[in-house]
Order: sequence, then structure tokens, then C-alpha cells
Amino acid sequence: MIRLEPRGTPSRSLALAVPACAALAALGLAAVPLMLAGAPLGRAYAAMAEGALGSRFALSEVLTRATPLILTGLSAAIAFRARLFNIGAEGQLYGGALAAIAVGAGAFDWPAPLLLPLVLFAGALAGAAMMIGPALARVTIGADEVVTTLLLNFVVLLLVQMMIEGPMKDPMSMGWPQSEPLLEAATLPRLMEKTRLHAGLLIALAAAVLLHGLMARTVAGFAIRAVGESPPAARFAGLPVGGTLVAVGALSGALAGLAGAGEVAGVKGFLAADLSPGYGYAGIVVAMLAGLSPLGTVAAALFVAAVFVGADSMSRAVNVSSYIANLIVALSLIAVLVAGLLTRYRLRRVGRPAAGA
Amino acid sequence: MAGTAAIDGAVDGTRAPRPVALELRGITKRFGPLLANDGIDLTLHRGEILAILGENGAGKTTLMNILFGHYTADAGTVRVADAAGRLVPLPAGRPRAALAAGIGMVHQHFTLAEALTGLDNITLGTEPLWRLRRRIAEARDRLAALMARAGLTVDLAVPVGTLTVGERQRVEILKALYRDAQVLILDEPTAVLTPAESEGLFSVLRALAAQGLAIAFISHKLGEVAAGSDRVAVLRAGRKVAERATAGADRADLAALMVGRAVAPVRRTARPPGPEVLALEGVAVAGPDLRSRLDRADLVVRAGEIVGVAGVAGNGQAALARLLFGLARPRAGTVRLQGRVVTRFDPTEAIRAGIGRIPEDRHREGAVGAMSVAENVAIEEIRGPFQRLGFLRRRAMAARARGAIEAYGIRCPGPDAPIRLLSGGNMQKVIIARALDGAPALIVAAQPTRGLDVGAVAEIHRRLLEARGRGAGIVLISEDLDEVFALSDRIAVMARARLSAALPAETLDRTRLGLMMAGQAAEHGEAQERGQDHARARQPA
Amino acid sequence: MQASLDLLMTVAFWAAALRIATPLIFGVAGAVLCERAGVLNLGIEGIMTAGAMTGWLAVHLGAGLWGGVLVAALTGAGLGLLLAVLTVKLGLSQHVSGLAVTLLATSASYFGYRLALPAAASPPRIEPFRPLDLPVLSDLPVIGPILFQQTALTLLAIAAILALGLFLGRTPLGLAVRAVGENPAAVEAQGIDVHALRLGAVVAGSALMALGGAFLTLSAFNAFFFEMVAGRGWICIALTVFAGWRPMKALLGAVLFGAFDAFQVRLQQALGGLVPGQVFLMLPYLLSIAALLVGARHASAPKALMRPYIRGER
Repeated sequence: MIRLEPRGTPSRSLALAVPACAALAALGLAAVPLMLAGAPLGRAYAAMAEGALGSRFALSEVLTRATPLILTGLSAAIAFRARLFNIGAEGQLYGGALAAIAVGAGAFDWPAPLLLPLVLFAGALAGAAMMIGPALARVTIGADEVVTTLLLNFVVLLLVQMMIEGPMKDPMSMGWPQSEPLLEAATLPRLMEKTRLHAGLLIALAAAVLLHGLMARTVAGFAIRAVGESPPAARFAGLPVGGTLVAVGALSGALAGLAGAGEVAGVKGFLAADLSPGYGYAGIVVAMLAGLSPLGTVAAALFVAAVFVGADSMSRAVNVSSYIANLIVALSLIAVLVAGLLTRYRLRRVGRPAAGA
Repeated sequence: MAGTAAIDGAVDGTRAPRPVALELRGITKRFGPLLANDGIDLTLHRGEILAILGENGAGKTTLMNILFGHYTADAGTVRVADAAGRLVPLPAGRPRAALAAGIGMVHQHFTLAEALTGLDNITLGTEPLWRLRRRIAEARDRLAALMARAGLTVDLAVPVGTLTVGERQRVEILKALYRDAQVLILDEPTAVLTPAESEGLFSVLRALAAQGLAIAFISHKLGEVAAGSDRVAVLRAGRKVAERATAGADRADLAALMVGRAVAPVRRTARPPGPEVLALEGVAVAGPDLRSRLDRADLVVRAGEIVGVAGVAGNGQAALARLLFGLARPRAGTVRLQGRVVTRFDPTEAIRAGIGRIPEDRHREGAVGAMSVAENVAIEEIRGPFQRLGFLRRRAMAARARGAIEAYGIRCPGPDAPIRLLSGGNMQKVIIARALDGAPALIVAAQPTRGLDVGAVAEIHRRLLEARGRGAGIVLISEDLDEVFALSDRIAVMARARLSAALPAETLDRTRLGLMMAGQAAEHGEAQERGQDHARARQPA
Repeated sequence: MQASLDLLMTVAFWAAALRIATPLIFGVAGAVLCERAGVLNLGIEGIMTAGAMTGWLAVHLGAGLWGGVLVAALTGAGLGLLLAVLTVKLGLSQHVSGLAVTLLATSASYFGYRLALPAAASPPRIEPFRPLDLPVLSDLPVIGPILFQQTALTLLAIAAILALGLFLGRTPLGLAVRAVGENPAAVEAQGIDVHALRLGAVVAGSALMALGGAFLTLSAFNAFFFEMVAGRGWICIALTVFAGWRPMKALLGAVLFGAFDAFQVRLQQALGGLVPGQVFLMLPYLLSIAALLVGARHASAPKALMRPYIRGER
């Protein structure tokens, strides 16, 4: 029998190796469904690598996909650090997108240097507003924020459908349920010619750096860590536990809302119900792969984005469903959870008398 | 306590040799670098009560956990008498096997599901799990008979969470008896009881021993070892250092064996108290149960005095502590701090007012385990001197931590080490360093030495007396009467959420305090005189 | 409006309510069982999806309806085993592990569906469970149409949650399950294996959840669609809190929820065009949130819920 024994302090190299191994393990495990689908493994993985990394365009796609994932990853990472389980990033993302359209599709005819920040700010604000309620419910009456945020995801998606089929519907869309487009001045500039890569990436990277600074250097980050690790001790020491949780909720929601506004302003230009292929949920995986570290989130988001982009190519090359990407992402979450144990515990054989141990 | 009649009757070294019920040989258990048990041999006979004496960290609880199968010993054997009286080896590491062999255990922290009734807790796991229906009536009848036989009563039809601590302990004992335990082990059974309840417990144990049960209890209190056992085994640092009949044993001798050196009692020099630091006038705290409720308390603490608050766990001490920590607000009454009426009750306000606070549960409230020593030292003032414009001043935090490590002799890898890696004593020193920093006028210490070894206890007592010496007023909330007597200038008692008047320590004794703890008004006169003798006798030579 | 209120009194309405409630009854029974043992099962949404998919696929491949039910239950049990290993054996975060199981089960179901039917544009339908026609019982007035003209799975759901109530309240094993959710140390001290007990509860509870999914494909919609579970799992978690972790109240909650949903559908038909349809579709989720908020005020949660038990670390 094998038993877990607590370790002292996990080493830094181990903390880096664990998510890497988990990611590799998930990619390896994907061989099982691939084989079930009868796909030639070598060709499948090659197509995946080629599709994700093989060209300038492939790389630009990975970066484009990574942009919202960095933001939703940060959203989950900061909330989870405070042990506030915000699973509502998907809904907050759509809420942010909706707000972006509301202010950016003609309501304000401002020049770009004013309108674009307004659009992004509106997105962040909407996301924050959506998370404040669940955070307050948790702080005041102990309602599990996981369930409330999950349920709100459905509500927001229906709200989006209602708006894009109704008041916000684009009259030029020939019946497709999609919103009016953003004004030109409200869109994010492209970073590379003939790709979808946009300036949202820079915003996401800046957010990661700022959050890293917040967590490591500021009193607010100190409070978030203390509240997350031990609410009673934080309260005893005079830190505002409820206030910190609500503030973290707002920040977490804002990041997810920003991701939605960024997708609208950077990629699509309008809002449709297929804006996000699950960036909100994938953000949780990103955050866990990153060990809840803001800078690690960037690397983890790049990995998840590469899986999505690569799996698209693979699915075309060997004719398997592109749901293989979601499968790999889910497997990497389980793998990183299990592997995370190894940073906190070491495996030891027990059962036999430990002679000379 | 040593002088009551019932005890004399029980100490009887002249009975015929009794059959062996349990035998431990060479039990050794290592946790990393710590040798918790080192070749321990023990024999327990039917019909006797064995006390296992040792201070915290001596290895008593580890030994019991091995016996009960929670841990597996690295070496050594446990043998138990079977129905025919033959000694058979007990399979290691299986609580189930221990239960089947007739070993019953009453843990220090009760293993009861509080939302379930006593009956549910007792019958849990005693029936075949796949049976379609529980046989409740049968169980009820058997338990009624058991209660009558052992001389203990408790309501088994209500959720255990509504029972007092003493009643819960009776449920635990019934749990063992219901399984026909032949060997009963109790871990620190009196830690949570009033002196009177302890008396009751020992008379139950004696009755059970007289019926042939083999009983062992773990303790670090000499008084109850003398009162309740036939034989005593002394553990120190994982080894058995002595074993003798209780009747002939000398207390001072046992104390020295337990600690490994003669213990010098703390010296408290008389000191005239200064001006009022803290005053409570008719202060009440609302709470759902006794533990978190305080009924109209009056208390004055002056500069340069220690006021001890004694009482059995769960009688409202927590409410008093939480009020003074800023964690609870009063429902009625006035709190004055250095003459000023307190209007805002929150921890930040308490810190700002200069209250040095030592919480009851250092792991839960006293420290954030995953954060560093430096961060834990700075946490109360993180929004004060340790930040500039919202940014942390890491260097100032490290400097303060290094100062504390040096001044308090905190053993740790360094200021950046997570505090959870520190031993209990060292973690407590970090908390005390934080609480005493800045020479607070009022110090509130809740159970400041619980679970610490003698060295750490002495150090913490020294620090508190030092603070008293420089003029701090101290509220010492403690369930340890020795501690209360050793440090306090005046002593108040909490019973059923009421705080008694604080009386000069010299006028009180254990007997009187015991009565007050049990919720009865103290009687003057004879009891007091007798108690003073005991108070003198209590001091180790 | 008056017409809508009159509806509440009709037999057809309550029959519909019970039909709508059926997957929730299975789901909430499973959630109550897991949570009474101390494990929050957030894999529920994925487990229901997987049960819907595998149960339907088995029937599609010719296993017969009850074969499909069995396959769904086994799928749920398997996913429950995975969750139990993560949360009980390894003591990992129940929140994150549950979501991981949901993500895995959902994506695996969709992948498996595509694998089995690479070309299908619209999902092939199966012959679903038919309404029962029991001698005597189905012909009873009122009770007959509401209860005994349902499909067999609805009766199975009600039977399952009633049995769960008896199991928890009356049997020694049920007592052990309740105790392990309150204080695992108490269970271990009585010689019962905490991990085995929790593992068993999670596996059985997950099998029940999967049956809730299977009802959707084998009884309600006759085919498997993506996103067909549509948050029913999360609704069950909210209902569990609302019901104070009691099977009977959970049954009541699920039926009330079904009644509300049936009412909402009829209201939508009555008010069609006046209010966008999405408003009505939002109501069940908002109602669930309200139920959770109401339920969260009671403090009757199992005390050891979400606390992993590691021997020696007490």
C-alpha cells in the first residue's frame, strides 16, 4: 500500500515541474480517445503540434485564443486564492460583452481614445457587478458561491439571447441572432497583419503583471492571501474578511467581464451566443495549472490555447471530433490536481514493517 | 483532593495478583526525527486502574493511538487477553481489531457526531451494516442496564451536541461498555471536567474496575493520578522512566520523574496594583449556547495585576475572550478601557487601543499557517507601520521578525519560513511576541499554555509576569487551575456564562474554586481552611 | 391569468409537474446521499450528461430500455468512483474535483457521441419508455393519471428517494452514512472504514444522478442533444440545500420545482409574444438561486461536508 506523508516546504523546481508534467500527462492520456476513434496517433499529434505552433498564423491564433484565457484564468486565480470559488466567469464574460455592446454600438459617438476605454471599462464593471451578488450572499448568509455563479451563467446566457434576438438585434444580420456591431472607434487595434491578434493581449499581459504585483507587494494582496488561507486568523488580526471577499469577487468578475469586452472589441466586433467556446470554464483549468500564480496564468493560458488551436487542426487532419480539445483540458485539470498532491506530500510505501527506515 | 475517603478505599496494593488483560512490549514509534515512543513496556491487569503520567509531548497519546490502531508502531507488540484469558497478539493499525479485542477508548477530543443522539452514537457500527432495520428497542434496554450497573446516567435520546461535556464523556464511556470492552483507555479524561465531575468520573471508573474491567487513563495532573489510580507509569520523552504503586509514591518524586528535573515554581512578587485599565459593568454578550454567551459581567483589572478567570471549558470564557479581542459586541453594559468607554467592537479597534491579544486556538485564530513567521508577526499592524502607500515594507517586516526571534528565542528556520512548520511552543512565542510588542496596557491571554511542554510554559509564564512587572493589566483565561493559582493576583470564576467577583488569590483554594466552577456559591469557613492546606501541599517541594 | 391559475388544479398539470421533476428527483437523491456522507458532488452536471448519453447510446445500439438504464447507472457509478478517489482517497478540493469531473464527463460524452455517430446531422431517435398502464392503479381517479400513468422511470425515481429516506433513517448503514457526514472520527472510532463508506455513498449517489440524465433521453426527449441537461445538476445542488439535506423535503422541493416549471411553460403559452421566451426560461435558474439563499439560512448542513478525512490528521 502507498501512503501520503506531508512534506515540509515544496521546492521551487517541483512547483514548476508539476504543472508541466500534468499537461504532458493529459496530452498523453488523449491517446486513449484517439485510439478509440481509430486515429493514427503519430499523425494526430503531429497535426496538433503543426496546427498550434507550425506557422506564423498558428502562433497568432494561439495568442488570440490565449488572450481571453489569461483574463478568465486570472479571474479564477485571484478568487481561488481567497477561497472564493467564482465559477461564473463564463457568465461574467458574456455580461461584459453585453455591456461593451451597450455602450460601444452607437450609444456614445466618442473618438477612439475615449470610447475604447469606456467599452472595456463597461465590460469590467458589468462583470464585477455580476460577482458582487454571489460574493455578498456567501459572506452574509453562507450561500455557496459555486452554485449561485453556475446558475447565473445560464441566466446571463439567456439574457444575451434575449437581447440579441430583441432590442440589440442587428437589423442587417439577415435574421441571425447577433447584436449590432461596435463602432469602429470602439474596437481594439490589430497587432499583426492578416491575423486576428489584437491589442487585448497586451491588456491581458498587463493585468497578469499588475495582479502579480498586487498579490506579492501590496497590503491588499496580503489580505487576500490571509483571508484565503485562514479566515478566522485574518479576522482575529483585524483584516476585513467579508470586505476582502467581496472586493476579490468584484475584481474577479471584472477580469472575466474584461475578457468578454475584449473578445467583442478585438475579435468579433459584435455579440453572438457563440462568443465564447467555454473560456470561462477553461479559465479555471488555466488557474489551477498555474498554481493560482498570476504570472503562471500566462503560460497556462498559452498551453490551453495551443490545445484548442492544435486540436482544431488535428480534428480536420485525422477526422476526430474537436471535442478532443475539451477532453484534453479536462484531463489536464484532473492531472494537475493529482500532481499537486506531490508538492504537498511524498509517497511512501507502508504496510510492511519499515525496517531501518 | 488527595484526602477524600473514597480514594483511600480504592488504593489497595495487597489484593491477590490479577490476570493480565493487556500487555505492551517494546513499543517504538518514530515521526520523522521525533522518537515519540521508545521501547515502552506496559502491563495492565483486570480490575485495576493504571495512570499513565507524563507531560505534553511525552508520548502518551501516541502510545494510546497505537494501541487503538490509529497508528502503526514501528516496532513492538501488543497482546490482549481473549475470552479464555490467553494473551493473543493484536493486529496493528486496525481500530476494528482493537474494538473486537475488547479495547474501548475515550479520546480527549470526543469522537461523537453531535447532530446524532447518544443512542445513535453508541449503536453506530455495532450492528451488521447490511441489516435492514436497526434494533433500537433492544439497544435501549441494554443501555439502561449498563447505566444502572456503572452508576452513570445520561439522556441518550437527544442530540449529543446539546449535552454538557461531562455528559458527552459518559456517552463515550457507554460506547465502550456497550461493546463489552474489557480494557478501557481514557485520554486526559479530566481535562474538560469540573473537580466535582472528575470525582464522579473516578467513582464510576472504580465501580467498573471492581467489576473486572482493566482501566488506564492518561494524565499530566499529579492530583488526579494520586486520587484515581492503583498504579502509575511515568513517561518522559517517549520512554517509560518509572512504574510504581500509587499508594506508596511520593508526589514530588513523581513530578521530578515526569519533568526530568526539579521544577522551580514561578515566583510572583507582591506589587501594589495601579490605576484601572479595564472595567466591565453589567456587560452581556448574546450567544446561542453557554460557550458563546456572557451574562451581565462585572470586572475591573488594574495596571500591574493579573486577574485569572478560571472555569470549566464551555462556560462562557470564549464569549469573554471574544469580547475583549474585539470579535464580539456586547448586548448590554459598558466596557471601559483606561477610563474611556469603548463604543466600537472590532479587532482593528482592539489592536489600535493597545490590547495585547493571545487567542485560545493558536492554529485557527492565532496564525495563518501558510504565511511566513514575518508575515504573522506583522499581520496585526499590516495596515500601519508595515506599509507605505499600500505597498508592503518587507524589509521592516523581516527586521521586526528577526527581533522577535531573537528576543523570544523562537526556534525556526528564519523569518521567511511558513509558521505551520514551527512547533506549538514556538508558534505560541511568535503570537506572544506580536501581542506584547509595543508594551500594551492590557493583555488578554486565553489558554496561553494549552498543549505546550514545561519549558515553553515556564517561558510564557515568565513573559506574562514580566509584562505585569512593567505595569500591564492582564486577563488570564485558563482552564488550568495550577496556572491560574501560579500567576493570578485575583481570581474570578466563570460558570454557566456568569462571571463571579474576582477575589484575592490568597483567599481562595481549589475546593472553593471547584465549587464555584460547578456553579455553586462558594462556602466560607471550614472548606476554605482545609483548602489552604491543600494549596500549600500543591506546591512541589 | 385566471385561466393559468385554474390550471394548477388540473390533473394534467400535476402529471406534467411530476414528469418534469423526475430527473431532479434522481439528481437530488444522489446529491443528498453524497452530501450526507460529507462529499459535495459537483460532478453532477457532467454525470447527468454522461448518463443521458450512454443510456441513450446503449438503447440505440440495441441494449433495450432497461439495458440503457443499467448502462447509465454504471456510467454514473464509474464517474462517482473517479470523484471519490480524488476527494475521499486523495482528499483534494471537492469544489475543484467536482468541476473537473463535470468537465471531463461532459466533454467525454460529446466526444463519445461524435465517435459513435460521426455523420448524423440530427440525432437518431429511440423508442422511449411508454406511460404505464397498470391494472387498477392507473385507473384510479386523480392519483392514477398523476402517478401511475407516468413512465416507469418516474416511479423508480420516487421509489429511489423514498428508499433513500428509509435507508438513512432506519438502517445501520444509513446511520453510518449520516455519522460520517457529521464526524468521520466518530465512525472510525467505531471500527467502520471512513473512506469505504464515503466512497460507497458517492458511487451510489452518482449512479442515481446518472439515472436522472438517462430519464431525459430514455423518457423525455427520445434522443441525445448537446447541453440537454441545461443546469439541472446545479439546480439539484441548490435544491439539496433548500431541502436541508432531507430526502422527503428534497422530493417535495423537486416536485414544487417541477410544478413551477410546468406553470411557467403554460404561462409562456398564455402570454406568448408579450414577453420574450427567455424571461420564462430564466425563471427556473432564478428560482433555484432563491431556493439556495433561503436554504442557506438554516445551519443544518452536515458538519463534515467538504472536509476530507485523513487518518491520524485529526
